[in-house]
Amino acid sequence: MKLIDWLTRDAPLATRNEITPKLGFLLTVLLAIVWLIPFLWMVVATLRPPSDGINTMAELMPSLKPTLDNVRDAWEIGDFPRYTLNTTIICAGILLVQFVTITLAGFAFARLKFAGKTLIFYLFLMQLMLVPVLLIVPNLSLVAQLGLYDTLTGVMMPFFASAFGTFLMRQAFEAIPTELEDAALIDGASLIQRIRHIYVPLSMPSFSAFAIISVTSHWNDFLWPLMVINSPDKRPLTVGLSVFTKTAEGTQAWGTIAAGTLMVIAPLLVTFLVFQKRFISSFVTSGIK
Amino acid sequence: MSLAEPAALPVATSAAPRLDILRRLITRFQASLPAYLLLLPSLVFLALFTYGALGRVLVDALYQRTTPKAPVRFVGLDNISAVLADPAFTGAVVNNLIYAVGTAVPSIALALLFALALSRTHAVSSALRAALFLPVLIPMVAASALFMFIFLPNVGLLDYYIGRLLPVLPNWLGDPDVALYAIMVITIWKNAGYYMLFFLAGLQAVPEDVMEAAHLDGAGPYQRLRHIILPELKPTFLFVTVIAILNAVTQVDHVFVMTQGGPSNSTNLVLFYIYQQAVEHYDIGKASAATLLTLAALMGLTALSFRTMASREGEP
Repeated sequence: MKLIDWLTRDAPLATRNEITPKLGFLLTVLLAIVWLIPFLWMVVATLRPPSDGINTMAELMPSLKPTLDNVRDAWEIGDFPRYTLNTTIICAGILLVQFVTITLAGFAFARLKFAGKTLIFYLFLMQLMLVPVLLIVPNLSLVAQLGLYDTLTGVMMPFFASAFGTFLMRQAFEAIPTELEDAALIDGASLIQRIRHIYVPLSMPSFSAFAIISVTSHWNDFLWPLMVINSPDKRPLTVGLSVFTKTAEGTQAWGTIAAGTLMVIAPLLVTFLVFQKRFISSFVTSGIK
Repeated sequence: MSLAEPAALPVATSAAPRLDILRRLITRFQASLPAYLLLLPSLVFLALFTYGALGRVLVDALYQRTTPKAPVRFVGLDNISAVLADPAFTGAVVNNLIYAVGTAVPSIALALLFALALSRTHAVSSALRAALFLPVLIPMVAASALFMFIFLPNVGLLDYYIGRLLPVLPNWLGDPDVALYAIMVITIWKNAGYYMLFFLAGLQAVPEDVMEAAHLDGAGPYQRLRHIILPELKPTFLFVTVIAILNAVTQVDHVFVMTQGGPSNSTNLVLFYIYQQAVEHYDIGKASAATLLTLAALMGLTALSFRTMASREGEP
């Protein structure tokens, strides 16, 4: 049991140096392996030659003659570059507008005194309780009335204001010493100039944490774009993948499905593996996605 | 103070109190104007898509409109009673309750185990944490595509490997008695790593010296878990439970992709029912009534848990 001793040498806080931690740790190791199996299958099945047939499809041992045939097929069936572009436009569009709205509102809550502050604060708080996903029916009819049905703008619009982002920025701005702003005030800087040149540059960690949360959740959004978008060329990755899966499932082309899935999730997974620490800490600060 | 504040407000004199109140209001408004302008962009979108949406659900629930062109008819609370009498809705509520409890309890328990085992930083724990966190990042639609193959009868991953041990296996997604539990597995796989993060954050608040002292006093791992760690993690438990329940009501992408609520409505969940009413039956009244009932239940639950949380924090 040398290996386990080595693995647990800096053992968990809760139950150090005893028999339970090793069992608990061992169980966690096993489950982490189980957790990775779907990903492992996806990669192995993507590289398996389609000629191997359906009976060995579940084999987790990689094929000795890996090919990119499945990737090519998936590329031809689904319009993945288009889906990726649409998703990128949606996420970038939402994030850019959110940066403006949450900066302005966050600053107002952090630094200004105004009549009705508490009431307006509660109005924002309400957005956290009213889960947007549940309001798809009224929001779809509003988007249609605004003439935004089947547009990417229609997909983005309900997320332009973010109570969570506002609270995050409020907290970040409150931590900035007022002396800095006073100095700028003496130099005659306007309100917007002070926000732009003092508050924004000093709050970059909060902005990047918010960007991670916002992009991850909208990259993965499915139900809302499914309802708003009708034209195939405006589908985001998630909707595109679901249509693609339906098409390929009929022909039992599981290698192609695996390849399509890999193409959809690869960008976020690679970004995560590069910026792992930052991802994890921003998820902890976020609470609600 | 860094910014213009309202000038000291004059005390109303008996001579012209009304005019004075008006003047005070104007002064206050002028002083507040910059803040209002900064809040305006956010408030416009919140008004349209949050408060407005809530208002429209309230109104739409009172009217009947079953086809796009049909005249709108006021029906009062009929939509609500129609939804409550609809076996598809009550079935979806029951499914959703089973689904919520059956995904929240295992994923929270696993999350706690993972956090306890991986709370110390070293290379192996952070690799394991990353492995357990990966599913959080992928779209539910992609998870569904992978699990569709895992659950595929005969040739799928599960049957291929487990089938060698057990002679008879159910059709995981095709059997009404099994399908709901099968889609629950996906949710647990996807969320446990997310909840783990909150427990990891919570564990950092457990005072090291108290743990050391308990260890020196001969408290075993179980005793330390029971008497020190779990009480310390109470707020985390409550918080994660709220998120888990919200997730159980709002994550339905796998139902769309894998089962469409079937077989025989066994995987129909509340949000999928709302979608079906609105998009497939074009019954906005019923969809709105169902939305209202769900929102009321969720908000009641959230308020209750926040109250519990507040009263717990008040404890010594």
